[in-house]
Amino acid sequence: MGRVYIKKEVCIGCHLCELYCQLQHSRSTDLIKAFKRESMRPSPRLRVEEKEAVSFSVRCQHCDEAPCVYACLSGALTRDSKTGLVKVDEERCIGCWTCLLVCPIGAISRDTAEKKVLKCDLCQGEDVPACVANCPNEALIYVEVQDESHSTEGKVIAMIQ
Amino acid sequence: MKTYLTPKFLVQRDPERCIQCQVCVNQCTFDTHYYDVEDDEVRSHDENCIGCLRCVLFCPTRALTIRQNHLDYRDNYNWRPEVIEDIVKQAETGGVLLTGMGNDKGQRIYWDHLVLNASQVTNPSIDPLREPMELTTYLGRKPDRIELDSESSTLKTELAPQVSLEVPVMFAAMSYGAVSLNVHESLARAATEMGTLWNTGEGGLHSKLYKYGNNTIVQVASGRFGVHAEYLDVARVIEIKIGQGAKPGIGGHLPGEKVSSEVSLTRMIPQGTDALSPAPQHDIYSIEDLAQLIYALKEATNYSKPISVKIAAVHNSAAIASGMVRAGADIIVLDGLRGSTGAAPKIIRDNVGIPIEMALASVDSRLRQEGIRNQASVVVSGGIRNSGDVAKAIALGADAVYIGTAALIALGCHVCQQCHTGKCAWGICTTDLRLTKRVNPDIGARRLTNLLRGWSIELKDILGGLGVNALESLRGNRLHLRGVGLTDTELDILGVRMAGS
Repeated sequence: MGRVYIKKEVCIGCHLCELYCQLQHSRSTDLIKAFKRESMRPSPRLRVEEKEAVSFSVRCQHCDEAPCVYACLSGALTRDSKTGLVKVDEERCIGCWTCLLVCPIGAISRDTAEKKVLKCDLCQGEDVPACVANCPNEALIYVEVQDESHSTEGKVIAMIQ
Repeated sequence: MKTYLTPKFLVQRDPERCIQCQVCVNQCTFDTHYYDVEDDEVRSHDENCIGCLRCVLFCPTRALTIRQNHLDYRDNYNWRPEVIEDIVKQAETGGVLLTGMGNDKGQRIYWDHLVLNASQVTNPSIDPLREPMELTTYLGRKPDRIELDSESSTLKTELAPQVSLEVPVMFAAMSYGAVSLNVHESLARAATEMGTLWNTGEGGLHSKLYKYGNNTIVQVASGRFGVHAEYLDVARVIEIKIGQGAKPGIGGHLPGEKVSSEVSLTRMIPQGTDALSPAPQHDIYSIEDLAQLIYALKEATNYSKPISVKIAAVHNSAAIASGMVRAGADIIVLDGLRGSTGAAPKIIRDNVGIPIEMALASVDSRLRQEGIRNQASVVVSGGIRNSGDVAKAIALGADAVYIGTAALIALGCHVCQQCHTGKCAWGICTTDLRLTKRVNPDIGARRLTNLLRGWSIELKDILGGLGVNALESLRGNRLHLRGVGLTDTELDILGVRMAGS
């Protein structure tokens, strides 16, 4: 498993990462079909933060000590000890939004219709997450993490620098 | 006042393909696209579109097409649409019409009327994939004669400082402030990677880029922006800018809005103040004055680097060039009629100066006649579009060329001529921090390196076809050129024979 690193100095705020995240998590593989034909627009699992000249796209950082996993009432959120991926079991999610409150970077969003949480799954099954593959300015970088045991202190901060 | 101008472009949005994602809205810097919340629909103000095509390239569903909006005025060769529209603009503003990029008028492009030779039967061509090809170019003053020590076979003559280029193509002067720091970094990194030089332009060198100094030409222009001892010391070549092909005889004006805090530090002027470059250098009113500045710079840098002097190609360039060489210039740069700019009065850009091909041929001939051609390298710029133009320029007598527009196109420029607005949607000709991010120096350096690599391979192919294995064998060898569709006078000035003769 890898991590998505953000180079905010070259993020141009085009929101294409959001768009391709939506496509990746829709039934269709075609943008026009996904957005026009599917009855409900798929929701993105990340969002672009913007203020004046600064912008960057925020997604789950799959924290080693993930507060959302500790806070989850139903045990829907778990961290895979092998891969380090923090994932949500949609069957068990009860839509209590506790994880939203504790996430330090606000990376979890709500699917209000289904009453489930939505979060980045690093596009399991793809070589590179869709947001990274489709960033037109290489502002997102996907780096394979070899050694999961090394110190992760300050990782979240490092990732948005 | 009601405007009598009509939109230059029409935005066509295919409703079948548009998914209302608003990427066009966030990428357009001219407020052409907007999102109507009430109708959940993206629409366009056609009249704002300047045809940079940023939205077309970024639309993820290819829903957008931009078309020119040619109005059917009554046919009139004299009162063409552009002429009429310029008058309307001035009637509505009362000002000088400003523009960016180079002359877009139809003056003859002589490169298109020159063709290169190739070897057949009587002299073999060379396959550049199998045999070494030499593109290395040395810029700087060459001695009148060389003396060798007969015993050790070493050079006794002391050589003036020389700069070696692995590709005879350098990046032309574009100042920080006109273009962004990311553009400068892209140019600097690509020049370093390809073993050539880039030019700071007249706005100084950001301290972040000092590490690329060995591949940097620094400019000393009439405004003296950012000129200090360290600036001169880090550079490989120092260039005195007298003139620019896009606006010969005209100074520069960087509006205060573009003078951000970083630009102000680099230019050494207060933030937000207009950066005015006077039309002349006020300490240079003669060749003797030029010699003083050249030698002042040589003294300041301990005679360690070549001094270049850049002029716009004008009617008496040949005589001026002779004076420049005699004043001590080691490199002379000629910038032709089609040279570009970040901002110039349109009337100057389109009507002043002479084509670079003519200036180059006449300067090279004149320096040869006077026996001083060896004393300076000749560099040309202004509208060099591809490696064919480079080869022809070198055959006409140039030592190397500068590319400006071609380099910017490699970075994303679509030649929409809005540089003077500071709103470049491609993030090139702007200092707006929201826009400068659009040029990622990692990608920019890669694109520029690719361009130069492509051209250098093509140049080797051309040389191989000519049956020579070094650019030196092509340099100034006008017998490798023939003219097509040119008059006797044109051929005479170019020093080129008619095709078939």
